[in-house]
Amino acid sequence: MDFNLTQEQRHIREEIRRACREFPDAYWREVDGKGEYPDAFVRKLTELGWLAAPIPEEYGGAGLGITESSIILEEINRSGGNATACHAQMYTMGTLLRHGSAEQKKRYLPQIAAGELRLQAFAVTEPNAGSETTRIQTTAARRGDKYVVHGQKIFISRVLQSDLMLLLARTTPYDQLEDKTRGLSVFLVDLREAKGKMEVKPLDLMINHHTNSVFFDGLEVPGENLIGEEGMGFRYIIDGWNAERILVAAEAIGDGRWFIERAARYANERVVFGRPIGANQGIQFPIAQAHARVEAADLVRFQAATKFDRTERCGAEANMAKFLASEAAWEAANACLTTHGGYGFASEYDVERKFRETRLLTIAPVSNNLVLAYLAQHVLGMPKSY
Amino acid sequence: MNIVVCGKVIPASSVTIEIDPATKRMARKGVTHELDPAAASAVEEGLRLTEKHGGTVTLVTMGISDATIGIRNALAMGATSAVHVLDDAVAGSDTLGTAKVLAAAIKKLPFDLVICATESSDSYSGIVPGQVAHLLGIPPVTFAREITLDGNRITIKRQSEGGYDVVEAALPVVVTTTSGINEPRYPQLKGIMAAKKKEIKIYTAAELGLSADQVGEAGAKEKVLTVGRPPKRQAGKVVVDEGEGGKQIADFLAELKII
Repeated sequence: MDFNLTQEQRHIREEIRRACREFPDAYWREVDGKGEYPDAFVRKLTELGWLAAPIPEEYGGAGLGITESSIILEEINRSGGNATACHAQMYTMGTLLRHGSAEQKKRYLPQIAAGELRLQAFAVTEPNAGSETTRIQTTAARRGDKYVVHGQKIFISRVLQSDLMLLLARTTPYDQLEDKTRGLSVFLVDLREAKGKMEVKPLDLMINHHTNSVFFDGLEVPGENLIGEEGMGFRYIIDGWNAERILVAAEAIGDGRWFIERAARYANERVVFGRPIGANQGIQFPIAQAHARVEAADLVRFQAATKFDRTERCGAEANMAKFLASEAAWEAANACLTTHGGYGFASEYDVERKFRETRLLTIAPVSNNLVLAYLAQHVLGMPKSY
Repeated sequence: MNIVVCGKVIPASSVTIEIDPATKRMARKGVTHELDPAAASAVEEGLRLTEKHGGTVTLVTMGISDATIGIRNALAMGATSAVHVLDDAVAGSDTLGTAKVLAAAIKKLPFDLVICATESSDSYSGIVPGQVAHLLGIPPVTFAREITLDGNRITIKRQSEGGYDVVEAALPVVVTTTSGINEPRYPQLKGIMAAKKKEIKIYTAAELGLSADQVGEAGAKEKVLTVGRPPKRQAGKVVVDEGEGGKQIADFLAELKII
């Protein structure tokens, strides 16, 4: 059993950390305050090749695994930044890599790797089908050599900042299906050609996520942009879920470490009643406890990532990693805010921003309640509870 | 154009430097290392010159096994290959011992130009490049803040107190670079991946033809007798302005002969 990263993984960690130093707290505070997309940051990462990490070398990427990809996202969040601005490309990529045709990969991957195209949007969730993905209602009807899409999606992030979007849509009506997990298909939508047939309405949220309601009114998608087989889309999306959970766990670990570092530093610096507040167990214990939980979650995250990269089954570990890491980060966030007292609410300390951001990870991309339901049913063999 | 860059891999800037009380040297083992930022500038300059004129950049370094991470960094930036002198026998080398090792390693390579940082960012002696030049029998051209090559001639702008001097020389030379000469590039991820496949040639002192009494602690002419902290700064003088604060400050400056 070896708990150490390889030299190459350590090198990746050091380099991404160095690149992130160019984007200090003030940068993230400003884009958050103005509700702007962190374009300069995403451009820099793209230029350095970090966002092409999982793309195979033959298509111009680095051919790295989920372990390395997760280190990249962890370090972004640990630096005080927010990886959600660019993480989707890491996990949506898997659907294209595993199920896309050779022609689709050849057409898109080199351009994505070179930073000429962004694939940052992933349209699955709908107002009437949150976690129950098999109930989505957006339809893609075959008309000759193309599909015509009608319907509505919600919480679809970065549509306005992307060139390409993966779309899950119904190609067979629900009541005509024997197997309810069939009948959905995945499409690669070229957003540059979608004007006029698709309306994007930005949502105003407590976090700077550039997320939207998207309305499709007869959007035409060429048949050649269908990924894999028609009707198999749900299966393809599920395939990507483990990767997504591991990557989100890593982001939470990054957040957790950021909170703990800031909390410990402030606890040492802030002097009240003639001594640093960190000298009080009431202050130091919650920070130490959160630290222990973040480090424990990190082990499960690397266990999940290692199994994923070895193509072993890792559903249980990926789900546990996401659950443990997001809960630990949230505990660290609370300890950090409590330590900072009133100053924690002042935007110039950045704690309130990260506090808002990390809370999302207990809810998205899947609610932690559903993670527990998965573990209860599929790992522990209890009845389905929903 | 074959360029050799001599560079050091040093404890990372985030590491608190500890002095080993037994050897009175910096404790290097077990701490995170990185390519010396000064060496990164030297590598960058080598890369820029070869991008313009063609050729290779080889990093030559002497250090413990932890140095590999910094060597990989230079390779990830784009250096062609590296030479690592890795041998317990060279531990504790003084500047001359270090220069002997580096010069012996450089002699094994084809080279037209050797680039070194003016001084390393951990021990700051600034002596090694001159010694390397002497041992190679070529001129040192120092404090370059700009380098241009034209055929067999090198021209540098040599940083001086008031500006710069223009110095020309025929190759081969050892040139030392100032920290402001460039902004080293970040390695691209592709560069990091490519670095894995590049050669790092490892030598011992014996393989370089150096005997144990020439290098390392045994060969060191320089001895570190004591290591201490700098004296604490004296408390400053506080001037409270009660109508003649300005005069008090002026008197104070006059006393120091500043005005």
